[in-house]
Amino acid sequence: MVRKITYAQAISEATVQGMERNPHVFVMGLGVDDFKGIFHTTCDAYKRFGAKRVISTPASENAMTGVAIGAALNGKRPIFVHARNDFMFLALDQLINNAAKWKYNFSGQSSVPIVVRTIIGKGWGQGPTHSQSIQSLLTHIPGLFVAMPSDAYTAKGILLKSLEIDTPVILFEHRSLYDLQSDVPEEPYTVDFGKARIIRQGRDITIVALSFMVQEALKAAEVLSQEGIDVEIVDPLSLKPLDEKTLIESVKKTGRLVCVDTSWQSCSFASEVAATVAEKAFSFLKGPIRRITLPDCPAPVSKKLEDAFYPDYRTIVDACCESLGRSQRGKTTCEKEEAVFMGPY
Amino acid sequence: MVRIRQVEEIIVDVYAQKTMRTPTHLSIGQEAVAVGVCSVLKRSDQVFASHRCHAAYLAKGGNLDAFFAELCGRVVGSNQGRAGSAHLSDAKIGVFTSPILGGMIPVALGAALSFQMDKKRHVAVCFLGDATIEEGVFAESLNFALLKKLPVLFVCENNLYSTHTHIKDRQPSSEIFQRVKTPELKTQQVDGNDVEAVYAVAEKSIELCRKGQGPVFLECLTYRFREHVGPLYDYDKGYRTKKEVEDWQKKCPILKYKKKLMKERVVEHEELGVIEARYKKEALVSYEKALKSPWSDPKTLTDWVY
Ligand SMILES: Cc1ncc(C[n+]2csc(CCOP(=O)(O)OP(=O)(O)O)c2C)c(N)n1
Ligand SMILES: [Mg+2]
Repeated sequence: MVRKITYAQAISEATVQGMERNPHVFVMGLGVDDFKGIFHTTCDAYKRFGAKRVISTPASENAMTGVAIGAALNGKRPIFVHARNDFMFLALDQLINNAAKWKYNFSGQSSVPIVVRTIIGKGWGQGPTHSQSIQSLLTHIPGLFVAMPSDAYTAKGILLKSLEIDTPVILFEHRSLYDLQSDVPEEPYTVDFGKARIIRQGRDITIVALSFMVQEALKAAEVLSQEGIDVEIVDPLSLKPLDEKTLIESVKKTGRLVCVDTSWQSCSFASEVAATVAEKAFSFLKGPIRRITLPDCPAPVSKKLEDAFYPDYRTIVDACCESLGRSQRGKTTCEKEEAVFMGPY
Repeated sequence: MVRIRQVEEIIVDVYAQKTMRTPTHLSIGQEAVAVGVCSVLKRSDQVFASHRCHAAYLAKGGNLDAFFAELCGRVVGSNQGRAGSAHLSDAKIGVFTSPILGGMIPVALGAALSFQMDKKRHVAVCFLGDATIEEGVFAESLNFALLKKLPVLFVCENNLYSTHTHIKDRQPSSEIFQRVKTPELKTQQVDGNDVEAVYAVAEKSIELCRKGQGPVFLECLTYRFREHVGPLYDYDKGYRTKKEVEDWQKKCPILKYKKKLMKERVVEHEELGVIEARYKKEALVSYEKALKSPWSDPKTLTDWVY
């Protein structure tokens, strides 16, 4: 049966179903067993399976990632959760030097199928070290699958898929998506890596948007449709492996591309998409590719700086207009909605 | 202590007005640790702290107006409104903080190393929570600090919790000072809610550090009254009982010290009331001043990156 549930509920449901189907699946991380349960994504699993399979860990990200790897080596299926991807920097040694290279180094004799769920923060002055978005760093590394589900449906399906495959997986979730509802089947299902999704079909311009920016792209498409501009939105979902074919087909159709990232520009995923299209569909492009990324500075706390820092649907509208040679609407034409979010963090 | 308490009580009172858009980790209940230690320090000593840094910032001499302005995101804030509550810093008085657990431990060591290289008798103090010693970098740092006999004082604020997880669910025994003890490392446990006790131990430890006999590790037993992050009480959330919070409130460091001072007739009850009222007013005036001060200018967004 299909019903509307939130992104957080979908992740929770996938976790419980994954644990039901496979007794080797377990959850670990700081605070996975507390009343907040990582924005209520691990509460149901804890209620259902208890502390033996939903394991609260000390604040030891790197060691605990090594522990997850060792358990996975012997058939366990750990889901390691970081309440912010910023904390995952401490775990990068184990992730990159061990997990990502395990199968290759040991010529396929063994593999370490860990799943890392990690969250991108945004807003309420979470600031420089609690709202980074480090997907491109990990997409850079051979041996890891990386995905960024943008709605409840993909969040559930990609997590269940991650629990079935051999490759270590990093799933980037976005704090601003947790309350977003979408249609989700009750029964378990999987969503594939390496398959992009066309979120909206259109003729005039392709927007490739990641994670939360899919929502902003949808708003932008609304605004642009009133001006007679027909936008196609592609959600890559899976950054590694990347569904180049769907991206390229879309650009071949529209001839224009705007890449919208949740992170900084240098060596970003947006840059990767731009390069791929420039390399493989250059002759179809009717104008320069645009990238929408964060300004080259840490996330500031002050509301005035934070507002200036984050691009939103208006930035996308402007970029599309520019790409199409229309006059820009200017960032001030729409009143920005006041974010109601003020915690929990 | 009273001043820090009054400042944070203002935050509690106004937080719902959304004028401070920064996650705040209040030190209410833990003030004696920062005050006891920082009272021993000189301006040239340096302090490194974590997300729960308000008390350390103020006790080391951080400017109150800059404090409130930072929390309100204003350009006259300690960090020009860029970094907020969990990153309060002031290079002039030597306070640096970061909410990434363990991030400041080795930085404190580096500061201590520079003092040693320059033959200065300064000390680096590193405040760290009971959960922060779980990070690998703590073990690495202890090793190096001992190897080089660095003038660094580790002040572990053991408030029993890491977010909502009790220490017994994270560590094999709650006696941190015993566990980190080695033949080379001087460690001591102290009642972190007894400001004079903290002061006495800190004074001795800092003297050792200045004489080149560091490092020293102190475990201060204390407790946070409010929720992990934010202004509220949270005993309805199930991870700790109201009774536990109330028992600790009876051991409030300010209450404790007040009683002692009155018993010894150092001050009278009314006098204490006047002091409290004065600091409350100072905090309120400072907060209101912050609200009237200019915002950080978006044009400066990318200043200071390189
Ligand atoms: C590397 C890292 N991991 C996790 C967190 C999330 N986190 C923030 S505060 C906190 C609890 C810290 O407890 P403790 O060190 O005892 O300090 P307290 O909050 O009790 O003052 C945690 C887990 C973080 N900030 N950094
Ligand atoms: Mg603690």
